[in-house]
Amino acid sequence: MVKPAERVVQAAAASTGHEKPAGIPDALLVEMYRQMVLIRRFDRRCIGLQRAGRIGTYAPMEGQEACQVGVGLALRPQDFLFPTYRDSGAMMLHGMPMDKVLLFWNGRVEGYEIPEAVNVFPVAVPIATQLPHAAGAAWAAKLRGVDQVAVALFGDGASSEGDFHTAMNFAGVFHVPAVFVCQNNQYAISVPYRRQTASETIAQKAEAYGFEGIRIDGCDVIAVYRAVQAAIEKAAAGGGPTLVEALTYRYGAHTTSDDPTKYRKPEEVEEWRARDPIAKLGGQLREWGLWDDEAEEQLQQEVDSQVSTAIAAMESIEPVNPDDLFLHIYETPTPRLLKQRDALRAELAAKAQGGIAPWRS
Amino acid sequence: MAQLTLVQAVNEALREAMRRDERVMLLGEDIGANGGVFRATEGLMAEFGEDRVVDTPLAESGILGTAVGLAVNGMRPVPEIQFMGFIYPGFEQVVSHIARIRMRSRGRFAVPMVVRVPFGGRIRAPELHSESTETFFAHTPGLTVVAPSNPYDAKGLLLASIESNDPVIFLEPMRIYRAFREEVPEGYYTVPLREARVVQEGTDLTVIAWGTMLRETLDVVRKLEAEQGLSAEVIDLRTLSPWDEETVFASVNKTGRAVVVHEAVGHLGLGAEIAARISEACILQLEAPVVRISSFDVPPPPFSLEDWHAPTPERIASGIAEALSF
Ligand SMILES: Cc1ncc(C[n+]2csc(CCOP(=O)(O)OP(=O)(O)O)c2C)c(N)n1
Repeated sequence: MVKPAERVVQAAAASTGHEKPAGIPDALLVEMYRQMVLIRRFDRRCIGLQRAGRIGTYAPMEGQEACQVGVGLALRPQDFLFPTYRDSGAMMLHGMPMDKVLLFWNGRVEGYEIPEAVNVFPVAVPIATQLPHAAGAAWAAKLRGVDQVAVALFGDGASSEGDFHTAMNFAGVFHVPAVFVCQNNQYAISVPYRRQTASETIAQKAEAYGFEGIRIDGCDVIAVYRAVQAAIEKAAAGGGPTLVEALTYRYGAHTTSDDPTKYRKPEEVEEWRARDPIAKLGGQLREWGLWDDEAEEQLQQEVDSQVSTAIAAMESIEPVNPDDLFLHIYETPTPRLLKQRDALRAELAAKAQGGIAPWRS
Repeated sequence: MAQLTLVQAVNEALREAMRRDERVMLLGEDIGANGGVFRATEGLMAEFGEDRVVDTPLAESGILGTAVGLAVNGMRPVPEIQFMGFIYPGFEQVVSHIARIRMRSRGRFAVPMVVRVPFGGRIRAPELHSESTETFFAHTPGLTVVAPSNPYDAKGLLLASIESNDPVIFLEPMRIYRAFREEVPEGYYTVPLREARVVQEGTDLTVIAWGTMLRETLDVVRKLEAEQGLSAEVIDLRTLSPWDEETVFASVNKTGRAVVVHEAVGHLGLGAEIAARISEACILQLEAPVVRISSFDVPPPPFSLEDWHAPTPERIASGIAEALSF
């Protein structure tokens, strides 16, 4: 049996080197690069928007673009994505409109709206809670005999929660078409990977649940794409779940309310930056004759206008409608909720006249 | 005396408790080098070391479940849960074990621990960071649920909670963590649990609140007093469970009217229990139904809607008017 740590080395070996990877069309290689550049621009703009008070707290993903794009491009349209707050990139690649993602961070209910044909679950904020959902959705696909795989994203910290164990165990026992992708970015806020587990890798935990785990270089978009795509293919063919651990790093803060200098050294960040996924693929594309300065310049302009358009859409939305508070609590609102809605309407009408509405409890 | 914010007062209390009793230890997520996401444990790891200020793996059931074992076996754990919305993975431990061990062992075991939990909303946080679900805990016999509304009480109540041989859920109002400063005595002192505080005396009605809402309610009351010559008795409940019925009933028997203000949803919120008990116990003195002013019966919404969800000053004022005009 190949030990997990040895598999890591194998997976890494498969994706490095100067040879153009076999079996991946040129257009897809270029697309990987374009998408990584786009989400990096999106991410940096979001941080700026938060600083300017134009959106609320935001969770940056710079450094993790290879994971986001590798997963997003490996997904087939019918597959189901179960993301966390840090997975805007993968969500957008799987069809979530950029302005909706911005609205979510802007604290608007419109940011909760997922287009009908988009198989993206709402962002999971409580850690690891989306993992059993993915196992369940995959189980349903199996029971209904549809060709659909559920892919869940999570961090290294999530592997400590009971829900991680529960999800892996169910997925293994019911042999469901699920792919669990851990973005091991080395920290759960300030707590380093070594405080999450005494096992050497997260990938090896899959062994205990009766399915395959692999550890890959999460700074290499081609490696991520290949691993996730193979896992999806295997799951779709009835081969059961896979746990993929991608080694990556977030360059910035955990969220815009976090100060990473409290818990990690700048040298460490620099070491990871030297393995930057965008610089890496950009260099390779040039080496393979697929990219040049002109293309780069054009791309930068494109992503800039794409992100600016989405920001403009986010900011041109109608003012908040207070009625939204009471919608979608139940399929049919209760009489009490309707009364509360009317009370709020009366309150706002009275306020507009400079008065106070009577209190109705 | 130093002028401290509420979160600094919490920090002070933890430091005092750890200096005084070496069994006291802190455990939670990001509480060490990071000093807690709200900086409540800032500097404590440097003073007391990694064995007493422990960054745990990310697992609330682990934090609370191991705290049970630590507590029954001679330690005084003070676990921190990062936000109230994230206590639920550890809820099982709270309701099935922490609350019941004294009863289930017929007094052989106790779990002296203080679970510190920031709560409440309106800090423009992402979803699930703004819960006011104190009822889940107040509904559970065996737990003591505490919610300070100011720095002085925060320090004294936290030290009293750590002294307590029963488990305490200590709810820290996030919105006022840094909203104002107050004189907080240096050194060790306690504020007794299970005692409400009469913040100001009055004759026309009794207004009951806690945590963040206490201050906001007090602002409204003071404005109404200045404008309308109202005389309101204001009570800070401080311990939400078991709550101080004696103080509340005595006040309502005097004023004849009662208003409860809280940020939790109205349906089965703590206000429902307080209103019911006042109705049972003070019926002959009551001159109006007890009025509850609470959030609407919907989940805490994203922040663009949160200010409408929680009781507004206008709602508090009109609720008070309703109680007075009945
Ligand atoms: C159940 C739960 N506990 C605590 C938190 C607070 N919290 C938010 S993100 C985070 C760290 C998560 O780390 P990891 O799973 O590694 O994902 P990453 O943020 O690194 O992508 C914590 C502790 C939460 N959201 N949910």
